[in-house]
Amino acid sequence: MSIDIQGLYKRFGDFVALDNIDLTIPAGQLVALLGPSGCGKTTLLRIIAGLETADRGQVLFDGVDASRRHVRERGVGFVFQHYALFQHMSVFENVAFGLRVRPRAVRPSASQIQAKVKTLLELVQLGWLADRYPHQLSGGQRQRIALARALAVEPQVLLLDEPFGALDTKVRKELRRWLRRLHDELHITSVFVTHDQEEALEVADRIVVMNRGRIEQIGSPEDVYDAPATPFVYQFLGHINLFHSRVHAGWARVGGLRVQVPEYDDTENAPALVYVRPHDIDLLREPEDGDTTLPATVSRVSALGSVVRLELIQSPGGEIAEVEMTREHYAVDPLRAGDMVFVKPRQMRVFLHDDPKIEPLVHWNGDGDGI
Amino acid sequence: MTLRFRQPGVLPGFGLTLGFTLGYLGLLVLIPLAIAFLRVFQLSWDEFWQIVTAPRVVASYRLTFGAAFLAALVNSGFGLIVAWVLARYRFPGKRLVDALVDLPFALPTAVAGITLTMLYSGNGWIGQYLKSLGIKVAFTPLGVIVALVFISLPFVVRTVQPVLEDLEAEVEEAAASLGANRWQTFRRIIFPAIRPALLTGFTLAFARAIGEYGSVIFIAGNLPMVSEITPLLIVSKLEQYDYSGATAVAVVMLVISFVLLLLINLLQRWSRTRQV
Repeated sequence: MSIDIQGLYKRFGDFVALDNIDLTIPAGQLVALLGPSGCGKTTLLRIIAGLETADRGQVLFDGVDASRRHVRERGVGFVFQHYALFQHMSVFENVAFGLRVRPRAVRPSASQIQAKVKTLLELVQLGWLADRYPHQLSGGQRQRIALARALAVEPQVLLLDEPFGALDTKVRKELRRWLRRLHDELHITSVFVTHDQEEALEVADRIVVMNRGRIEQIGSPEDVYDAPATPFVYQFLGHINLFHSRVHAGWARVGGLRVQVPEYDDTENAPALVYVRPHDIDLLREPEDGDTTLPATVSRVSALGSVVRLELIQSPGGEIAEVEMTREHYAVDPLRAGDMVFVKPRQMRVFLHDDPKIEPLVHWNGDGDGI
Repeated sequence: MTLRFRQPGVLPGFGLTLGFTLGYLGLLVLIPLAIAFLRVFQLSWDEFWQIVTAPRVVASYRLTFGAAFLAALVNSGFGLIVAWVLARYRFPGKRLVDALVDLPFALPTAVAGITLTMLYSGNGWIGQYLKSLGIKVAFTPLGVIVALVFISLPFVVRTVQPVLEDLEAEVEEAAASLGANRWQTFRRIIFPAIRPALLTGFTLAFARAIGEYGSVIFIAGNLPMVSEITPLLIVSKLEQYDYSGATAVAVVMLVISFVLLLLINLLQRWSRTRQV
């Protein structure tokens, strides 16, 4: 089932949680709502579910307005961050709940319920836990039971609110791969909320990046990572280096470095910000001809698993920049703290200071586990 | 084989605290009750049996335990509603209402009794309207129940309220998203969660109501065989210097109370093991 969201607006007191959201979620896709806490992503998910009502705007399921339909009648499966399992019921009864509360006329027989629950528990690979109670399960198991419970009512839409947010890193990685496989098997239109960019990039077909109640960008994981539409998206997905710069007649200048920016051909002497990913930087021992490099000093070298991260201090301003390279690349010519290098960005993005999309700068690093 | 009850734990002092607990309970509960039993042994079995099975005494047992049971039952229902409103909704004057719930605890029971009698007597504020409906409250067993409902109100509210406040809203949302209507959500999700607390509240209210004296004697009218409660019988025996008779009746009341509370405790344990 496809979901259309039109002009959704929601306020809590003075706080605008959703500011005229328009969004289309095609049938069968797995879509991530990604953003920092307080960006409105959970509110949007709860409005789609019918757990919250919007002040203005509509939610359409397959083109039919569902805004006034009660959560009971929307046919959505909802998975909560903290599982929300029924503590006094066994795993089996938890999963069977949605079937048992159906009106008598459409309620499956006891043997049908038995069979259905068994199938679902096998789908989430926890058939052997049917007689246990929620408090006897691990976090990952609880969340899978919660998912089986949501699937029992054969929802047209599956909504997951930070489904792996309460789990530790290892289980989280395992579960999100499993969720992806499950989605490939079932093809239910699914929307999940996350503040973890890595999770969104790995699992989703499409990512909706949100900030302050608005959508910043909608696109495939490659789109939003490689071609961020706004400075916010640039900062929120992955680490960035930020350089203050001036743009004049199609050229941006950072210290001694000059880069051509054809889109700003008509701009005259305007302050700008330059964004460079840490892995889009080459470090050279010698300066190149022309104004393509910036001198800097290595101040710290740290090996982080598969990558080596170097901290640089620019000679002129004293700003710190981060560079990441593979271990192999680093091994060719190992740099040490104190070495003089020349920074050559391979790829960068320039945003003018008066660009309305520029936000007061905050470094969003998600949970710090980066890319 | 040596018996070991000691359980390793973070906090030491099992022996000390257990000793204190036994000593405290012994001094405050067991010894006074044992005295009552000792006193009874001065009677012969036939005398004892005659005293405790006298028709007037038996009628008073029925009234005391029956009215206490009904009062606790009424409070389980209405106390639950009060707890629900206090836990779930915000409204102006909520703190005042919250404080009002505890008032029956603080009020001298005699004051409650006199006030209730004035309200419910034939020409009282409420009594006059009930009278036109043919309902008599003051000086009847119904009056006893009203007084007991009044004094045992806080128990159910105060035991159920915190449990309701701790219930996750998400669990109810989950039930609704699975298609459960309000009644199903209450019956299958909320009620099982508060059932142990409700049972505790019921037990406390019931126990309190059995022992109540002050408020009841004013509104009951104390007609022998009709509206006379057991505690009053005991007091009137004492006033006639019939100490043995008084303790005999007291002991019977004690034993019945103990057995009932034990049964409710077992029921509670059973309902708890069944759900977790």
